[in-house]
Order: sequence, then C-alpha cells, then structure tokens
Amino acid sequence: MSAVVENELKEDNHHGPAAGIGRWLFTTNHKDIGSMYLWFSFAMFLVGGCMALTIRAELFQPGLQMMEPGFFNQMTTMHGLIMVFGAVMPAFVGLANWLIPMMIGAPDMALPRMNNWSFWILPFAFTMLLSTLFMEGGAPNFGWTFYAPLSTTYAPPSVTFFIFGVHMMGVSSIMGAINVIATILNMRAPGMSYMKMPLFVWTWLITAFLLIAVMPVLAGVVTMMLMDIHFGTSFFNAAGGGDPVLFQHVFWFFGHPEVYIMILPAFGVVSQIIPTFSRKKLFGYHSMVWATSSIALLSFLVWAHHMFTVGIPLMGELFFMYATMLIAVPTGVKVFNWVATMFKGSITFETPMLFSIAFVILFSIGGFSGLMLAIAPSDFQYHDTYFVVAHFHYVLVPGAIFGIFAAVYYWLPKWCGNMYSETLGKAHFWLSFVGMNLAFFPMHFLGLAGMPRRIPDYALQFADFNWISSIGAFMFGFTQLLFLYIVIHTIRSGKKATAAVWESAEGLEWTIPSPAPYHTFTTPPEVK
Amino acid sequence: MRMLRLVGFRSATFLWTRLRWVISVFLLVFVSSSHAEYGVNMTPGVTDISQSVYSLHMIIFWICVVIGIVVFSVMFWSMFKYRKSQGAVPAKFHESTTVEVIWTLIPIIILVAMAVPATSTLKEMYDVTESDIDIKITGYQWKWQYEYINDDVSFFSNLSTPQDQINNEATKGEHYLLEVDEPLVIPINKKIRFLVTANDVIHSWWVPAFAVKKDAIPGFINEAWTKVNEPGIYRGQCAELCGKDHGFMPIVVKAVEEPEYQAWLAAKQEKAKAEALLSSQVWSMEDLMTKGEAVYNTNCAACHQQNGEGIPPAFPGLKGSAIAVGPVEAHIDIVVNGKPGSAMQAFAAQLSDVDLAAVITYERNAWGNNTGESVSPQDIANAKGN
Repeated sequence: MSAVVENELKEDNHHGPAAGIGRWLFTTNHKDIGSMYLWFSFAMFLVGGCMALTIRAELFQPGLQMMEPGFFNQMTTMHGLIMVFGAVMPAFVGLANWLIPMMIGAPDMALPRMNNWSFWILPFAFTMLLSTLFMEGGAPNFGWTFYAPLSTTYAPPSVTFFIFGVHMMGVSSIMGAINVIATILNMRAPGMSYMKMPLFVWTWLITAFLLIAVMPVLAGVVTMMLMDIHFGTSFFNAAGGGDPVLFQHVFWFFGHPEVYIMILPAFGVVSQIIPTFSRKKLFGYHSMVWATSSIALLSFLVWAHHMFTVGIPLMGELFFMYATMLIAVPTGVKVFNWVATMFKGSITFETPMLFSIAFVILFSIGGFSGLMLAIAPSDFQYHDTYFVVAHFHYVLVPGAIFGIFAAVYYWLPKWCGNMYSETLGKAHFWLSFVGMNLAFFPMHFLGLAGMPRRIPDYALQFADFNWISSIGAFMFGFTQLLFLYIVIHTIRSGKKATAAVWESAEGLEWTIPSPAPYHTFTTPPEVK
Repeated sequence: MRMLRLVGFRSATFLWTRLRWVISVFLLVFVSSSHAEYGVNMTPGVTDISQSVYSLHMIIFWICVVIGIVVFSVMFWSMFKYRKSQGAVPAKFHESTTVEVIWTLIPIIILVAMAVPATSTLKEMYDVTESDIDIKITGYQWKWQYEYINDDVSFFSNLSTPQDQINNEATKGEHYLLEVDEPLVIPINKKIRFLVTANDVIHSWWVPAFAVKKDAIPGFINEAWTKVNEPGIYRGQCAELCGKDHGFMPIVVKAVEEPEYQAWLAAKQEKAKAEALLSSQVWSMEDLMTKGEAVYNTNCAACHQQNGEGIPPAFPGLKGSAIAVGPVEAHIDIVVNGKPGSAMQAFAAQLSDVDLAAVITYERNAWGNNTGESVSPQDIANAKGN
C-alpha cells in the first residue's frame, strides 16, 4: 500500500502543468493560483482606475460636464469597492500564494483544492458586481461604505446583487485566510521557527487572522441590510425601532481592521526589500513582529473614530480618540526600524528599492494626516472632506499599491526567470511617483479649505487644485499601462535571471532556480 | 554607463523628495499666514471653539512636520552617505533594545501632550447646556429645514444657484453652489443650540467657520452649539453622502446684531400670518401657474427635472404621467402625503396650501399635460382634513 502511495508521489513530482485552459481552471498549484490572483487584481485595478479617471474628468472643472450626479455616485461607489475588494486584497492573496510556500520551504499551500475555489469565486463575484452598471436604476450609488438607510430604503434595486457579491468576496477571503494560516502553522520546513520566519510571512499570518475575524462581520452587516430590504426587519430603520448608526458601528468594526488588512502585507514586503538593497539585516526584527501584532490588536478598538460626528457620547469620543492616537506608536516603531535598517548600510536604488523608499516616506505622510484625523475636535473639520480622501489615498496608493509594485519587481525574476528592464522600471516609478503626488497632495488643501468628498461639482475656490489633481490622476493612470508592458516584456523576452537574482537577498525562495520550478521543496529544506 | 545612470537617479530621488516636502511645508505656512482666503488651510473661524480647533490643528500639524523632518533627514542622509557606489560597507548591527524603548516612549509622551488640549476642547464642544436660542435643523433630500422652536418660525433653505450655471450655460456667480434662497439667521454673541435630525437619509450639517459638523440622522436628534463673535455670512455644505444631489444642498448662515435679528424674526412671523391669509383668497389659473412654476423649480425639479421628464426609474417623469393627468385626488394625495419607501417626500408640512395648490396646478398643465384643471388652496385644505 505504502509503495503505491510513494509511487504516485514520485509521479507527481515529475509532472508539470496540465495543457490548455484546464491548467488554469482545475489547478491546485500555488504558483498558478498566485499568478491568476495577480492578473485578476491587475485587471480590476485597470477597471477601478478607469472609474477613478471618470471621476477626475468630471471634477476637472466646476460645473457638470460629463455625467449626471447619480452616475457620478455610482462611479465613486464602484471605484472604492473594486479597488478595495478587487485590486488590493486579491493582489496580496496572490503574493501570499506565490511566496509563503517558497519562503517557509513548503511544497504548496495546505489546502490546494480550496485555494482553487477561493480564486475562482472572484471572477463571478466581480462580474456580478460590474453587471449592476447595466441594470435598471444603475449600480450601487451609496458610497463604498454603503451607509443605511441610503443603501437600504433608498437604494437602487441592484443593491441585492451587491449584497450577494460582497458575500462571495467574503467567502473567498475567508477561505484564502484559512489557507494561509493552515500553511504557516503546519508546513514550515524543519528548523523554521516562528521567530525565523520572513517578515512577509509574519505580516500575512496576522492579516489572515484579521480577515477571519472581520469578514464574517461584513457578511453580517450586509445580511442585515438584505433583511431590511426584503424581509421587513428594521435593523437600520428608526421608524421600525432600529438605528441607522448601528449600521456604522458594525460596518466599521469590519472596516477598520480591513484597512490594516490592506497595509500589513505591504509592511511585510517592504521589510523584505529594504534589507536586501541596504545589504544589512532588518533592524529590530522582534520589535517589527511585536509592532505588527499590536497594530492588529488595536485595530479592533478604534472603529468609532470614523464616526466622531454621529453623536456618540463624550466618553466614547475620548476613548476612541486615545486608542486611535496609540496606533501611532507601533506604526512609528516600524518606520524607525526601516530607517535604522538603511542607516550604515550599503545602499543601491533598483526599482523595488525606489518603490519601498517612496512607500516609507509617503505612507508616513498618510500616517501624519491619520494622526491629525485622530484628534476628535479637529476631526469635526476634516471629517468627510477631501482631507480624508487625501489621507486614505496616501496610505493606499503609495502604501498598499506601491508595496505591490515593489513586490512584483522584486520577485518577478524569480517567478518568470527573466530580469525586468531597470530603465523602464525606474521610468514607471518616477511617473507613478510624480503623478500620484500631483493627484493626491492638493486634496489635503481642498479638504482643509472646506471641500466635502463625494460631490460631482464644487464651488469656484476649489477649481485650481481640482484641475491639478485631475492632471496627476491621468498621469498616474496611464503610467500603469507602462507597468503592464514591462511585465509582459519581462516574461516574454527579459534577460535570464540567476537563482539568487539580487546580490544580497536572503531567504529560501532565492535558493531555488529562476524561474521557480512548477513544484518546489517537495523535500523540505533544512533551516539552520 | 549603468553606474552613471544609477547615480543620476539616486541624486534625483534625493533632491525631488526633499524638494517636495519643503514645498508642501512652505505652502501650508505661507498660506496659513497671509492668504487664508485663497483656501489652502483650515479656517480659524469666528467662534472661540473654532479658534481652539484651529490651534489644535496647527499644533498637531507642526508636530508632524518636525517629526517628519527628523525622520526623513536621517533617511535621506543615509541614502546619501551610505551609497554602495561610494564604497559604503554595511554595518553588522541589527538590534538595540535601548533604541527601541526610546522611540516607543518619546511618541507616547508627545501623544499625551496632544491629548490634553484635545480633551478640553472636546469637552467644551459637548457642553450644550444653557443655550439662548434653540434651532431644530432637519436634513431632507436635498435641502435644510430650520425651525426656531420657541419663536414659531420655520422655513426651508434651498440651493439658489440656477441650473444653467451648473450646466455651464451661464457664467457662474461668486457664490456658485454656496448660496440659498433663505439663509439661517442667528444673532451674534448668543449661545445657539442646534438640534439636528433628518427626514430621510443621513445628512451632515457643517459650517467650517463655526467648527460645527453634526450628522443629521433620521429618527434621532443630535445636539451641537455655537456662539458667533463676528457678524457676517458663513457658508457650508452637507458633509454626508445623501444621494443624487448631495453636492447641491449648501448651508448659509447670516450672523447679525441682536436688534437686526429681532426685526428679522418679527418680519418672518408677520409673513407667516400673511401667507395663512392667502389661502382663503380665490386664485386665478394664471396666478397659480406662475407661482406653481417657481415652487416646482425650487422643490421638485431636482428629481422630476425642469422639463418634467424625470430620471426614471428612480425619479419618474410627470410629463403625461398617469398621476399628473389622471384623477386630481390621487395627484393631491401623493404630493401632500408622499410615497413611503421612496424619495417622494410628504410636502404637507413643507409647503403652504397655496404653494401646494399652485404646484399641482402647474404639474397638471405644464409640458403638454393640458388638463385645464386648476386646484385651489381650499381643495388642499380639504384633502389634508381627510
């Protein structure tokens, strides 16, 4: 009996990918699934980006030029939903799939068949979400935060499809998170203790716990909406004894950890890249793990800082203000550690490093505005203005998205075996950097000067900065086509990369050949 | 060649990133001191509270600037000094508990120092006791209602920017999108308490010059207060996404001296009495149509559109619709009582009987709906009576 099993295993070790479309439909290989996640998220990034450019085109000048206000609201809503759930989250799951097994010396993810399923739910969920654009009454138009009762009593009929879509995304995320946890807990190579794991693995482990904790809460809140809309309950309807503010409490109990879900893996990526190009070990590994865990724990205690204006009692207001300010401490520790890693290193500036350095600086700026937003009395002036829009785009674009770009440039040679063009990579970086700052920096001024968010038209004193912002947005948006070209060009015809790829990269993934074979670490490596 | 290119890029990184930071700091400083009206920084406002909020904002801003300069200087200096191309050899250290403790403690101290003034300002903002005047503010899709609950005065405040300015068919005025037909009027140096609620979805009442932003939540009443130091006209906007015309429901507050306020209040009460008398008059079709068109454009056109074609399916057209050309009783009913669960509000309490009669008459005879029927204020009163 055992001989048969061994034989089969041996067979398995030798077979490569299946031929044709079946390879992608039925694959259980973490590398294939990782690639599909990454391509899918890039497609969604372009779709969500087109919506962003539609918004910026309308806001280029005061007055209504291109669309009805109702359609504008559909664009802001869909842009947010698609970027959060379709672009950023799947991209990190894609990176997790590719990298976690290779980093901990495992042959694959722990639950490969579930891995396939959690990916293949996504195209259906997003096809359904996007199809609402063509429905009578239009797509969801109540903002990505979908506050009741605008999203219940006053919602377009397509809200039901939106709810079902969110459920599907939630199922996919939860399965992905279970898989990450099961893999990291059970499949580390001998000698790979927790405190030897690369930081990317650590940050993903913590992210996965956050996902499992909060995605069911999101599922709960949309189900309550569904009940209110179709089954006559009144969770969020004051006329029936409910409370619209309850919606916000439940939503932000999901929503705040969600923003850390979108940034913690990027912290991990940057913590891998900065030491490599500084040719020096990461400073304060232990404190990095400690800081990431504290950020994750605190993220459950700060949700109402999104709701300072809803009229929560003074004591509540004070508690959430203090708790939120506290998050600055572990976040600061991380930034200081990255800088200390660069200090007295031997630094070069390849594309992944440029994106990582920009990440540290620009994410810090987003952190500063976050600290300002935490001060409840001032938040009354910032809340729901462009200052908030500037803040979260500074943590998401040069935070999450630059983190993803850095990761792709850093590991692409390992994935496809070819080196990208450093010149084109740097061009991509500089154009993105300038475009992104032009698009989002003026939004700080707009918000402080009093421009509310989510409006299709604005008073004349806001015209100049909106104009600049739109130019920057188009610059950033079109630059991403260059990124697509760079990746395709690298896969097809880049120079061959070595196994180590980088001069001083450390970690198990650099011990295997480039491109990484279809099956890696079928025999676990020994970690000293 | 490759080295050369790398050097070029590196110094460019250094210069540009630092330059950008310097520019942005410079802009904020420059603007906060001399060009406040250009709108790059928060307004210090015209109340004691708004001034404390402004100084909190500036303190935390400068703390962030100083931290940023320190951290980024070390970073840029490292990038400059420890370049591999300059032969830098990496050091071996990678841990120091002392350093970690220091840079955990220092931020905590700074944060505690920040929390103290923030707490006292917040406490003041929450003290709504001992008000001189109470005003109930109700958010509607997409207008504000103000009720002076002790003085029997109540009115709606609608956007007054003409549609053709919004559609770029006319030159935009100075206060484009920040002007209303009837502003809220309050006396200076009096503590005004606002009771904020909403009729349909969540809105948020925001006047930057007062540092007051409070969500208007259907079914609940929030409290806020202000005490304005200087007479003037202060403008704000709805700050919570509330549907299609969220960007088109501004707030205008006129703060005046006490005598002027009393005069305004008396005039307002007189006018209400006069309007009550109007409903007992007999109205000609022509007068109803003229008045009706004005009422329609202010209250109905946002959804049903000026041409009566609406934006189906959310906002049905009235041109040739079953209700507008069908039995008059059903038409009066839907305008007076609204349609629950839809954006169609009950206008019984929003418009006078004359206005209701006029607008219904207008809807039944405009855009080719030539029913020839007119509705009198008495018809409305009768329908309400039932």
